[in-house]
Amino acid sequence: MSAENQIERHTLSVLVDNEAGVLARVIGLFSGRGYNIDSLTVAEVDDQEHMSRITIVTLGTPPMIEQIKAQLGRLVPVHRVVDLTVECESVERELALVKVAGKGDARVEALRMSEAFRARVVDATPDSFVFEITGNTEKIDAFIGLMKPLGLREVSRTGAAAISRGPEAM
Amino acid sequence: MDKQLNGAQIVLQSLQDHGVEHIFGYPGGAVLPIYDEIFQQESIEHILVRHEQGATHAAEGYARSTGKCGVVLVTSGPGATNAVTGLTDALMDSIPMVCITGQVPTHLIGGDAFQEADTVGITRPCTKHNYLVKDINDLARIMHEAFQVATTGRPGPVVVDIPKDIQFALGPYMKPKAVKHKSYQPQLKGDMAAIKQAVELIANAKKPIFYTGGGIINSGPQASQLLREFVKLTGFPITSTLMGLGSYPSADKQWLGMLGMHGTYEANWAMHDCDVMINIGARFDDRITGTLDKFAPNSKKIHVDIDPSSINKNVMVDVAIVGDCAHVLEDMLRVYKSDAVTPDKKALASWWEEIEGWRDRKCLAYKKDAKAIKPQYAVERLYELTKDADTYITTEVGQHQMWAAQYYRFEDPNRWMTSGGLGTMGYGIPAAVGVQVAHPKSLVIDIAGEASVQMTMQEISTAVQYRLPIKIFILNNEYMGMVRQWQELLHGGRYSSSYSEALPDFVKLAEAYGATGIRAETAAELDDAIKRMIDTPGPVIFDCIVTKDENCFPMIPSGAAHNEMLLADSEGLDIEVSDAGKALV
Repeated sequence: MSAENQIERHTLSVLVDNEAGVLARVIGLFSGRGYNIDSLTVAEVDDQEHMSRITIVTLGTPPMIEQIKAQLGRLVPVHRVVDLTVECESVERELALVKVAGKGDARVEALRMSEAFRARVVDATPDSFVFEITGNTEKIDAFIGLMKPLGLREVSRTGAAAISRGPEAM
Repeated sequence: MDKQLNGAQIVLQSLQDHGVEHIFGYPGGAVLPIYDEIFQQESIEHILVRHEQGATHAAEGYARSTGKCGVVLVTSGPGATNAVTGLTDALMDSIPMVCITGQVPTHLIGGDAFQEADTVGITRPCTKHNYLVKDINDLARIMHEAFQVATTGRPGPVVVDIPKDIQFALGPYMKPKAVKHKSYQPQLKGDMAAIKQAVELIANAKKPIFYTGGGIINSGPQASQLLREFVKLTGFPITSTLMGLGSYPSADKQWLGMLGMHGTYEANWAMHDCDVMINIGARFDDRITGTLDKFAPNSKKIHVDIDPSSINKNVMVDVAIVGDCAHVLEDMLRVYKSDAVTPDKKALASWWEEIEGWRDRKCLAYKKDAKAIKPQYAVERLYELTKDADTYITTEVGQHQMWAAQYYRFEDPNRWMTSGGLGTMGYGIPAAVGVQVAHPKSLVIDIAGEASVQMTMQEISTAVQYRLPIKIFILNNEYMGMVRQWQELLHGGRYSSSYSEALPDFVKLAEAYGATGIRAETAAELDDAIKRMIDTPGPVIFDCIVTKDENCFPMIPSGAAHNEMLLADSEGLDIEVSDAGKALV
């Protein structure tokens, strides 16, 4: 398989006017054109200028990712689109709340693993924990994988937020 | 402090400030305040259509024949949903349009009120941009932005959805100049390094071809002028998409005719064999490229497009230039002249020799019939009898549209209005209404099919009301011809639901509307009948009875390449279309 056809995972940062319907435009673009969304986060990041930042993790071949960038850039309320995976060095973090229920050895093991992963206990009952864990997507995937045999009940994840390294802003 | 106006007045004031003279619309409960303002002024004429789809196509015809923005006004709910086809059509063909829709009052939104629809939700994927005005203080800015977005960059439709209470509310008005969009700044000038690279490719080309499209028309008459100059200067052959017809004069010997699925043999072969392709303002649509992996396999490709997302979307190119066609052509010409480029005369001569060989195939030849009217003959005669007049042509969609593109010839831009991208049957009559409103003294002809024309036939009533002398020239073969052709070629001749049964008597129908009906049934009477149509002062429905089973050739079958065309004389041969090809549209 040539590099052209290789499916890659890219993180896109999109700076938009925080106006009604802007998220629907972005999501509609992805569903309408058959692109993938692995995760998506959005919140206002500048209350003076009413700008929001959308972080989208998407899957596609390099030409497909280029096309996604161009299509996003074409939306009227979009200010900038940066592919953090190729245009710069970046850091990426995701937060997850992980509920694990159980007693005895499994419970002890879950708590021990949570310490190894630097997860915090944000709720505890005699037979359950809710862990808060922050990290890149792979780390969270790994933690959830380990919790599965230890009584994993449910997971809530934020999706990735990402930013470039160094002093430059997007 | 700014002058305070009510919402409806702000709408009218902004239309006036953007130079709008005509709007196409249909009233209803949620736009009554705006209609009340229209009643009380005289600078803007409102054209009452018979269906909101008609308003959108009329605005498209108006826009495409003038270069101005088409304006539509419809009510909430069904008014807006009926406009969706025309909005999508304008998006696909990059037609500047502002469509104002009424909406239920803000406090009723979301409550399933009478004639409520989520207009911005429904129109989001079929507009370039859309707005729901929730605050009267935003209305003037949004109106100005709507015109800016619709008419600049790659043009397109913009919806402004205005709740009824906003139309009554008082708010400030500021002039268009006071509004500057924060994020929307389309790029007009092309990158000079890329332009120089393109000129270098052009300079060294041995088998070059210009492949141009609707972008030239949208860029304005200057782009056509610059294109003509550049093509003359290089001596290269030129072809164009359906949407680009007229940007280069068809009478010129460097013109190869339209390319694509029903393009000419010479244009498609030249595209297939070229070594440098200069795409200006076209988007590598699937009707043009045929199967992608066999598309112009040995060529370097230059692509000029104002829309960055058109670049490398379907076809990967070697030199991409994002910018407006006229701006880029101007720079290209300047670099070409200052570099004192001389094309490779010898290579070019042998390239033209090859092209002349393809031309000699005479791909548009067809078997004449002494008695019956062949559809190709009808368009040829129509062309001969109208070419010296100030003529504008619109079409519906199907075989007749392709015959119009092949046999009617265009010398100038903005003379040809057709639904290319969306392929909307029913486009032609309302588009002709729009063109005639913009050019009241010109000869406006809708080359139609008997099936398409019934989709928006009611707009003939609009033409009668406003004394718009449009001519509806129906090639009546009693079939949805293109559907029938595909069924013949791909589905074993099983003509499932493609026969136009229970047709109206078009002559009587015309008379019922207060228009004139003319029928021609034999080749012998055709010329006189066409002359009568031209000489009739009012709208005419011309029922041209043509041979029923004519196929539209040349044709690139689905899944085939440019050098695998079918010609009229290959008819009757077994046509092999792969299963993958059959699955294509």
